[in-house]
Amino acid sequence: MRQFDVIIIGGGVVGSAIARELTRYRLSIAVMEKNPDVVCETSGRNSGVVHGGFAYDEGTLKARLCVEGNRGMDALARELGFRFIRCGKVLVGKSQEDYASLQRTMAQGARNGATGLSLIDKDELARVCPAAVGEFAMLSETSGVLDPFGYTIAIAENAAQNGARYFLEHTVTGLSREGGHWQVRTDRGDFAARWVVNAAGLGCGEISDMLGLTGYRVIGSKGDYIILDKHTGELLPMPIYPVPSNTYMGIHVTNTTDGNVIVGPNAEWIDDHAQFAYYGVPQENIDYLAESASDIWPHIHKKDYIRNYSGILPKWVDENGKIQDFKIEMRPEIAPNAVNLVGIESPGLTAAVPIGRYVAQMMREAEPFEANPAFDPVRRPIARFADMDDAARGEAIAHDPDYGEIICRCEQVTRAEILRAIHNPLGVRTVTGVKLRTRAMMGRCQGGYCQMRIAQMIGEELGVPAREMTYGRAGSWLFSGEMGESGVDA
Amino acid sequence: MKTAYHDVVIVGAGPAGLAAAAELARRGVSDVLIVEREKEAGGILRQCIHDGFGVDRYGESLCGPEYAQRLIDEAAQHAQILTDTTVLSMTAERELTLVSREGLKKVRAGAVILTMGCRERTRGALAIPGERPAGVFTAGVAQAYMNLYGRMIGRRAVILGSGDIGMIMARRLTLSGAQVEGVYEIRPIPSGLPRNVAQCLDDYGIPLHLSHTITEIHGSARVTGVTVSAVDAKGAPIPGTQRHIPCDTVILSIGLIPENELSLGAGIALDPVTRGARVDEHLQTSCPGVFAAGNALHVHDLADEASLEAEQAARSAAAYLAGPLEACRIPVRAGAGVGYALPAYVSGAADASISLRVRDKLAPCSIVLRQGGREIARRRLLAAIPAQMIRVALPKGAACGEAEIVVSAE
Repeated sequence: MRQFDVIIIGGGVVGSAIARELTRYRLSIAVMEKNPDVVCETSGRNSGVVHGGFAYDEGTLKARLCVEGNRGMDALARELGFRFIRCGKVLVGKSQEDYASLQRTMAQGARNGATGLSLIDKDELARVCPAAVGEFAMLSETSGVLDPFGYTIAIAENAAQNGARYFLEHTVTGLSREGGHWQVRTDRGDFAARWVVNAAGLGCGEISDMLGLTGYRVIGSKGDYIILDKHTGELLPMPIYPVPSNTYMGIHVTNTTDGNVIVGPNAEWIDDHAQFAYYGVPQENIDYLAESASDIWPHIHKKDYIRNYSGILPKWVDENGKIQDFKIEMRPEIAPNAVNLVGIESPGLTAAVPIGRYVAQMMREAEPFEANPAFDPVRRPIARFADMDDAARGEAIAHDPDYGEIICRCEQVTRAEILRAIHNPLGVRTVTGVKLRTRAMMGRCQGGYCQMRIAQMIGEELGVPAREMTYGRAGSWLFSGEMGESGVDA
Repeated sequence: MKTAYHDVVIVGAGPAGLAAAAELARRGVSDVLIVEREKEAGGILRQCIHDGFGVDRYGESLCGPEYAQRLIDEAAQHAQILTDTTVLSMTAERELTLVSREGLKKVRAGAVILTMGCRERTRGALAIPGERPAGVFTAGVAQAYMNLYGRMIGRRAVILGSGDIGMIMARRLTLSGAQVEGVYEIRPIPSGLPRNVAQCLDDYGIPLHLSHTITEIHGSARVTGVTVSAVDAKGAPIPGTQRHIPCDTVILSIGLIPENELSLGAGIALDPVTRGARVDEHLQTSCPGVFAAGNALHVHDLADEASLEAEQAARSAAAYLAGPLEACRIPVRAGAGVGYALPAYVSGAADASISLRVRDKLAPCSIVLRQGGREIARRRLLAAIPAQMIRVALPKGAACGEAEIVVSAE
């Protein structure tokens, strides 16, 4: 049986941030991830907004860890090499009630330690965000946007480079205490660990039950999004939100680090956990999003729709359905050497690294860990040909001729970048894995030119036979086999 | 970085680019460079293992690679074909930046012929509801996987759109042992050629469902089925007509778009309908000395036609190198019943040919060219369909002045 000091269940942004934080110590760490990559669920399916921390009740972990995450984001982006823009954001209002509500939000933000908040009038709104529709707004200067894929992958890869081992497509099916260890059963064999951490996101309720920490009601809040063409990005310098209600932030428009605009999300509550992996977007929701967001930003046109996606937030709610704070707990009397995280929803993306520190601190209070002198917080991203000037391109090709071979024409991604993505530190071997690490296949032709070249390269580099090649999610087979195998091929 | 010079640089070594190179040689232009991003010349012909190529040009029916080889043999005698090389950008002054494993290169050209071909419309352009499972392929990608990479892409397929490649892939999949459930076309008429309906669908008993579309794709990891619906005259799904079809593969054959990222970078004006460059009767774009032909200019029915059009661009490029071209000041516009007409400008001082597509299927009809209300050319047809490009000769001297020519189908 494979043994580790710590097994983290869930390799999303939170699980990976915990893993990275723990690699600062001399520990053997394993991350169990049921999907073929770390961005398949909530971590990759969201707005990509870095929140200011004003939207949460005073004294909550959500407020505290969000503000901390926001403050550290510039340094983290430099350390890990992901794209982050501190562009600010506005919450726009029209009525007297809106104004009162924004005043309350501002006061709450100030108590939470959020900075750079101000109420601005219509003229000032027209100056900072010309396309926004509103009589006044609350401006949050410290809010921003990041690339949620690049961010999560960067944290996970840095954890892996520092020694954390990722076990992809490993679903945890049971947990039990045996001889002072945790026995971690998966669909691909058993593991043992001194510590377990539940960072299972949408699966947090099930894992919590396995730990014996029963009684948490976890619901999913499904939100749909529309992605608009890049040329719309010029019309949106920062996210525009409506005035928030008690339960959710409202349908907003968000600029992305790639220059697109995303519209959404709505919020549909899902009680049936079997539906936690369904990401279909119904037509009526697309229409509703566009109509609703057009009140705050009048540039949503069907001709600019590129595609849709959806994401699901795991929310811990009480018996009355009231949304609770993040739960991060150790209850050694029931589950020794286990950290249990429940309901890590928004602002989990912003707060991931502080959550990691918080968890590591809890564990260190129970057991002193020796520092890992080899820990390196810096991760060098794949150098992008598209971002280089001619001199840098010439140098890159002289150093590595693979930089001179364009594989994705639309996004100008070279063979060198694809190869680095194929040999990623996490061992992801899907076509989508390459896409999210390089931007190949994301351009206008959507992989029409390069997808087959990339599939071929994955096959050659990693020895993946045709039948085992997957597109993105588990079971997303790309080929039924080789030509001629099935008999009748001419 | 040193800048090399060539009389003519051709971007793309497909059926258009290769034919242009051969024609340039015949016109005495010998310093010709063809830049091709693939390892081999031939373009999309390399994956077209069906026959039917070269009927117009060579009087025999060849498969794609055979047709390509003939063009390569003609072109390579005179022109330099630079493979494995991508054109990153081009300026309006005809300076191109090339990249290959050897590094970056700058090339200045006396004239440029743009023959980059086209790309396929994708699912995103349709916004079909559902998750995004694997198993949705555009027809050209499916063709490349099967014919170039030897990969079988599924067992049970539904085809959306009746474009030519989609119908050809319906036959290819059937021959390779897959079950093709049917071809669903949102319009009341097929969008591909009648010969492909007969040879690729009818001959294999593959049903063609006109006025139908896919309204949902099912499956989260791999496609598990589609919902199809009948549509009304406006293309809107008719409630109550939904039918579920189990399948693991969806092939999209919903249109081709001229590839023009390079043209946009050079500031070349594009036509909003064809999405290729706006050209005059010399096939010259809004950038002097830059010509466009083949599917990069507008999507053709047959490779032979793309080759023929590129030869015309080559003749213009050769003439441009020798001296100024005749000015084209008479605008040409698509009128009633016509989807688009090309070129956008003619001179009136030379014989010209107008290429066009009708909007809808027409019984016996005439394509009429009028200038200031006066008829200047007419072509009578027994029938016309959008899938077939139509050419109308505009003789020298028929048009004069600078008043607009309107092309209509009646």
